[in-house]
Amino acid sequence: MNANPIKVTLIGNPNVGKTSVFNDLTGLNQQVGNYPGITVEKKQGVCKLSDSIKAKIIDLPGTYSLNASSIDENVVIELLLNKNDEDFPDVAVVVTEVENLKRNLLLFTQIKDLEIPTILVINMADRMALKGIELDISILEKELKTKIALISSRKKIGIDHLKDLILNYKNLSTEPCLNASSIDPDYFNNLRRAFPNQLLYKLWLVITQDVNFLNLERNEIKSSFTKSHSDLKRLQQKETIKRYQFINDTLKLGQKIDSSKATDIRAKIDRVLTHKIFGYVIFFGVLMLIFQFLFDWSSIPMEFIDETFANFSSIAKQQLPAGEFTNLISEGIIPGIGGIVIFIPQIAFLFLFISVLEESGYMSRVVFLMDKIMRKFGLSGKSIVPLISGTACAIPAIMSARNIENWKERLITILVTPFTTCSARLPVYAILISLIIPEKRLFGFLSLQGLTLMALYLLGFGMAVFSAYLLNKYLKLSCKSYFVVEMPGYKIPMIKNVGLNVLEKTKAFVTGAGKIILALSVILWYLGSHGLSADFNNAEQIITQQNKSKTISAEEFENQVNAYKLENSYIGYIGKAIEPAIRPLGYDWKIGIAVVSSFAAREVFVGTLATIYSVGSHSEEETTIKNRMAAEVHPETGKKIFNFATGISLLLFYAFAMQCISTLAIVKKETNSWKWPMVQLVFMSGFAYITALIAYQILK
Amino acid sequence: MDLNSSSLKLGETATITAVNLDEIPLKLLEMGCLPGNKITLLQVAPFGDPLYFNVNDSHVAIRLETAKEISIQKEL
Repeated sequence: MNANPIKVTLIGNPNVGKTSVFNDLTGLNQQVGNYPGITVEKKQGVCKLSDSIKAKIIDLPGTYSLNASSIDENVVIELLLNKNDEDFPDVAVVVTEVENLKRNLLLFTQIKDLEIPTILVINMADRMALKGIELDISILEKELKTKIALISSRKKIGIDHLKDLILNYKNLSTEPCLNASSIDPDYFNNLRRAFPNQLLYKLWLVITQDVNFLNLERNEIKSSFTKSHSDLKRLQQKETIKRYQFINDTLKLGQKIDSSKATDIRAKIDRVLTHKIFGYVIFFGVLMLIFQFLFDWSSIPMEFIDETFANFSSIAKQQLPAGEFTNLISEGIIPGIGGIVIFIPQIAFLFLFISVLEESGYMSRVVFLMDKIMRKFGLSGKSIVPLISGTACAIPAIMSARNIENWKERLITILVTPFTTCSARLPVYAILISLIIPEKRLFGFLSLQGLTLMALYLLGFGMAVFSAYLLNKYLKLSCKSYFVVEMPGYKIPMIKNVGLNVLEKTKAFVTGAGKIILALSVILWYLGSHGLSADFNNAEQIITQQNKSKTISAEEFENQVNAYKLENSYIGYIGKAIEPAIRPLGYDWKIGIAVVSSFAAREVFVGTLATIYSVGSHSEEETTIKNRMAAEVHPETGKKIFNFATGISLLLFYAFAMQCISTLAIVKKETNSWKWPMVQLVFMSGFAYITALIAYQILK
Repeated sequence: MDLNSSSLKLGETATITAVNLDEIPLKLLEMGCLPGNKITLLQVAPFGDPLYFNVNDSHVAIRLETAKEISIQKEL
């Protein structure tokens, strides 16, 4: 028999190990998508409860209460208030942890008021002895009118019990724990009389939040029961106090804490990590380690991938019958896929670090340490996370700005994050630096090329901070400055959680950004290898004509034909059209094409030049492109194209210009308007153009 | 004299007497920053801001300006 799966939602405060419980229940049977229309992650998975019954488990974003203060939290209430939603739970599982039970139970009492069958999970049971905590589960179950699963996902205890409870969810009580409406009896009695068929707590949530409420006209309630903002807040405070009274009374009966047994490692570690000198030293050390991994050690797998794909290309070219289709595969699709796969090591390393920093609890300390400094520039301590993530990719970085409560600080963070040097710019910098900066060492050990690379990173970061300062000064937005950061206890990150997170983020990169890169390489290949005019189609004859007087090798002949074809291909026409605009920066039309096409994704720059300079993919691709670029001369002046002035001008352009279409799209989504991405596009690209122009004109 | 939580010394504990509802976010109330509960100052960030408290057993960092809106009474 295949019954309908039981619908389960996991709900809980941040930092309670909710994701661990989700991973334990579903293993690898999980998918990550988005809620329709918004970029909030929707995680769901399947769990086998018995031979015939499965559960569909949805992991809702972490929330402190049902009073939403972010779009992530809105998702939670919207689902729980809408009985018609296809994901409306048969049973809610509220995850709490043993050390913060008091605070975690607040959300639990709110969920109970919605009269949904609810199971209470108390996680991290392995820490009970360490903290001198004892729980009387049967008393707690009775007082909280629920069933409790005491779990340790670290020690793999209690998951089977939780599965049993889910299986038997029909036996759960749906009675609320306390009567919250006693905070203002008259008001709530009137409300009850006006809407006799609705749950009182639901009505109250609708009045206090901005949520869609499908089966009830929100305006209808609002008009007659609306209260001033401060009155509402006073009531909410009363409600919270009342809930805590109930929780304190319950815990007095069901929880014993022997604080003499508790060890407080947290305070000791905090003293070091948030120390006014060691704190910064350690943070700087951690950053150095991350960069070392990202830009040095990850080059080993990257080179391997690069060579492998180059080999694939030449194998495909040799093995498949010659023709249009083979060219598409070997020149368009394989390099395209290679262009995606090559970034996997960096992206994976970056998310590995970020999830270790977050799981361990260290990230909150960095936020704490940096807030005062960041605030001088109109940013928040929480902006550190996006700015660091931005060195991998601006897209997840901009999304991570979501937990900044203050809109102005969040907006500024979103606007300046694209200035930080993302991993896609690395190959561009690498090839340009190797062309124009001599391979010398200062004082015998400091590589001049390495220093230039570092200077470019600092330039990007400095520009981010400087424009934040400008925005803060001129952006007239008055926002209440809220900054509330929970400092979670320190934990050793669980390999399973970190691993799954890295896997999922990498997968999202490959399928999301990857699609664009792949599509663009195919389009570029087409535009570069097809043309309209007779010139394009008769390239061989024309070149033969031109070389009548001298003998050239077959290879040289083929290169000339390809170059001639390219000049007369669609892409050649486009390039020629934009040349007047970029000539003052020292670029020819080929660079222009590379610059424009790299707007789809930065790393396309090198690939485009590779295609344009008609270099076949050999295993040493990078050096051959480089050699070709180094040899390129201007047809009229006879000067080198990639000279120092043009190189610096290009580097500056890439350091400042708006990075890619995907970044604009995500900024549009996160700010909910086209205004901000357009401001970014104009300001960043304009600034990039002007600095590149000045640099070239001075240096040439 | 009206004391607020920013006047606590490191490691010192007091009882919250009132919070300014116009300035204190609901999230902080929900973490237990409510009249009657205990508040302990655990750490102060470099440059004196933000402050890291234990409120009602929640560990939380808030900015100085927010901490000033939490009135306290020190234990005698």
